[in-house]
Amino acid sequence: MKIAVLSGKGGTGKTLVSVNLAAAANHANYLDCDVEEPNGHLFFKPVDIQSEDISIKIPVVDKMLCNGCRKCVDFCKFNALTYIYDRLVVFESMCHSCGGCVLLCKEDALTEKTKNIGVVQRGVSENVNVATGILNTGEASGIPIIKNLLNYSNENDKYTFIDSPPGSACTTMESIKDADYCILVAEPTIFGVHNLSMVYELVNLFGKPHGVILNKCLDEKNPAEEFCIENNIKILGKIPFEDELGKLNSNALIAVRENEKYYSLFSNLLKIVSKEVTK
Amino acid sequence: MKILIPSNEKSMDSSVCQSFGRAPYFLIYDTNSKEDIYIDNSATASLGGAGIKAAQTVVDNNVYAVLTPRCGENAASVLKTANIKIFKTKNSSIKDNIIAFNEDKLSLLSEIHAGFHNHGDK
Ligand code: SF4
Ligand code: SF4
Repeated sequence: MKIAVLSGKGGTGKTLVSVNLAAAANHANYLDCDVEEPNGHLFFKPVDIQSEDISIKIPVVDKMLCNGCRKCVDFCKFNALTYIYDRLVVFESMCHSCGGCVLLCKEDALTEKTKNIGVVQRGVSENVNVATGILNTGEASGIPIIKNLLNYSNENDKYTFIDSPPGSACTTMESIKDADYCILVAEPTIFGVHNLSMVYELVNLFGKPHGVILNKCLDEKNPAEEFCIENNIKILGKIPFEDELGKLNSNALIAVRENEKYYSLFSNLLKIVSKEVTK
Repeated sequence: MKILIPSNEKSMDSSVCQSFGRAPYFLIYDTNSKEDIYIDNSATASLGGAGIKAAQTVVDNNVYAVLTPRCGENAASVLKTANIKIFKTKNSSIKDNIIAFNEDKLSLLSEIHAGFHNHGDK
């Protein structure tokens, strides 16, 4: 089963939840799709790492063949092509590699070149296969990297946890497309509710079954919990706000592997999630 | 020489638009003939790269300089490649800025903001 873990912004505990759930399972895949800031590997410290370069196709223009008709400029929806005085200029960082302009050019002035946009690293951390997508800074889209990551796991009997990019960007959508279930991680503040409602809309749009894990819970009013009750959203569980957990987390340690108490917290959560997924 | 200013309406009395790429109109003002013409900015509805498309319009109109409060990095790089100068507007009045430009009192825009690339909020 593929389970995506989402949150409206970074730092809500999305990585904490996905890393610890994966670690609490007997066998699991952990796919870090937060390609602009992947940090799950800092916790897992995987070994036997194999790297695969991810590249895309970008058009290049042959000045001798280009007649300046501008058909490609008008065609490109992403405005990655401009015609400046007497030559065509490709804005590589805006190009989404649709290949359309190359097909369109009647003068055969456009061809494709390969451009490296990042890397996928695969390794092992005890019971977890860890795959990390890393997008080079300044690149337009991490989608090719996420596609590669998601192709990684076809062993159906295992759990696959997808650490999604924060927010509701197109990379977030890509990361949940094939997910069987979505876990939304929320903080107990008004701002947390705003972030939660954003990803809640997204999973509804995709018609994905989902539930919420409330993070950083204290014994006081929890606006995120109220939001869930009002909207009839399943609350999968709560993670308490504790120094101990905070300390483990800030030392890049996996709570489940360090402390019996957190092991039972997350394996319990895992049971609840599995039940929901197979429902 | 011709200069271009993103404007909110088709009038010299209107104000400078705060966004270059998404401005509804571009005023093209000829400092010699004092003629003002307005063109629609076709980039307003773009999926992404509005700044690039807007800059393409600027290049196609052969202007010497752009007067704008802000400019994204993509638009700036198109304008730079085309050797078009970018000056920072001093207030929101189109007329004031033209006067200041004529008196050589505007400075070049130094701050270029990173684009949002229209990939959704974070
Ligand atoms: S379509 Fe081909 S010939 Fe026309 S401007 Fe583009 S590259 Fe040049
Ligand atoms: S490949 Fe597609 S996105 Fe890239 S420049 Fe050509 S038309 Fe634009």
